[in-house]
Amino acid sequence: MRNLIFFFYKYYTFILFFLLELFSFVILYQYNNYQRASFLNFTGGVASGFYESVNSTTNYFGLRNINDSLLAENARLRAQMLNAYYQSGFTQTYINDTMYKQQYEYISANVVNNSITKRNNYITIDKGAIHGIEPDMGVITSNGVVGIVTSVSKHFATIRSALNGNTKISCMLKKNNAFGSLEWNGDDPKFSSLKYVNKHVPIATNDEVVTSNYSKLFPQGIPVGRIYSHSLEAGDNFHNIKVELYTDFSTLKNVYVIRNMMKLEQQTLEGNLKGDN
Amino acid sequence: MIIDFILNIVKFLLILLIQLLVINNIELSTYVNPYIYILFILSLPVSMKPWMVVLLSFFTGMVMDTFSSTPGLHMAATGLMGYLRNFYLQFACSKEDFDGRIEPTVSRKGLVWFLVYVIIMTLIHHVFLFYLEIYSFQEFFRTLFRVLSSALFTVIIIGLGQLLFYRSNNQR
Repeated sequence: MRNLIFFFYKYYTFILFFLLELFSFVILYQYNNYQRASFLNFTGGVASGFYESVNSTTNYFGLRNINDSLLAENARLRAQMLNAYYQSGFTQTYINDTMYKQQYEYISANVVNNSITKRNNYITIDKGAIHGIEPDMGVITSNGVVGIVTSVSKHFATIRSALNGNTKISCMLKKNNAFGSLEWNGDDPKFSSLKYVNKHVPIATNDEVVTSNYSKLFPQGIPVGRIYSHSLEAGDNFHNIKVELYTDFSTLKNVYVIRNMMKLEQQTLEGNLKGDN
Repeated sequence: MIIDFILNIVKFLLILLIQLLVINNIELSTYVNPYIYILFILSLPVSMKPWMVVLLSFFTGMVMDTFSSTPGLHMAATGLMGYLRNFYLQFACSKEDFDGRIEPTVSRKGLVWFLVYVIIMTLIHHVFLFYLEIYSFQEFFRTLFRVLSSALFTVIIIGLGQLLFYRSNNQR
């Protein structure tokens, strides 16, 4: 017993270090999405608030660009007034139709924090649980896909951006509906790679890549990017495709979070499969 | 004593603000992600108790994790660095350094000593951090390149900061 106490006394720094290191590994790898969300909720309220106040200051420097992009978007939206799908400000649009039942609704949000050069990038937006945002919702801009919501606090939400090693978005080629999975290799924030496209599928550069109808998070046909280059190694079953992303992650300001109102139904039907795409 | 304490808190806040507001926004390339916030741990007094350094390291990492939505990542890396720092200082400092409240800076220990110290600590931190982030050796060389280029920038920025802010210590 005395030796034991002596041991603890002698190595208390190591023991302290070891316990804390163990703790960090546990929260890093053992935490599932829900626990991660609760950790980030606990601490993230501070971080998001901080980033928002910083953002509200730095936003003044970019007002001209924001205005330009909003004007461009307004012009584009005016062109599609007939099927008015988006609405500026925080309004959720419902369309009553007896033939078509609306499956997706869009929640607009502003980006308060964003990174593009890390291996795993995250985005913080200024809308949260009280605005109806939940984990595992798809996020897009007017140009293309952005990512997937991972954790939500009361007023904020963090998004696993498409520039993240853990984000896999189910995509397809627009011209022949061949499926693939969009995964980022951590190299260049302008490009991503499309994996698991079978080698018998004919592809060409500049083919458009859109979200597939297998995805529960995105409506079918949201633009993702276009094929920049492709190759096929001998003996390989899948094409090696480099996709130029439509979304410019470095100037991300306004995004739309997509709520799939039939997701639960589809998930229950598919036997509670919790897919990542 | 109390002034030292307040000065350290101010330094902590200042370094973190520089990291979060300036360095994180440089976004030069996906291979350059300097993490200069480790300077806070590096510049703690030599004579500080090891357990205190370990605790502060984990705390600093936790604050960084909070602001980059990566629970545990910076905590593990900074904690390891803070723990190993004790051993390095025991090996690299004389007994007199441990008696006084000496901070390991350029003006106290000389440029070469400081650079070696910063390079070793930065490499420990960055290697651990970047490989932990990937959690596989699949992209081994790409990650290694990422570690080395980020570490280079970290060392340069920390070194420049020392030359800018700590020169006046010589005259005191």
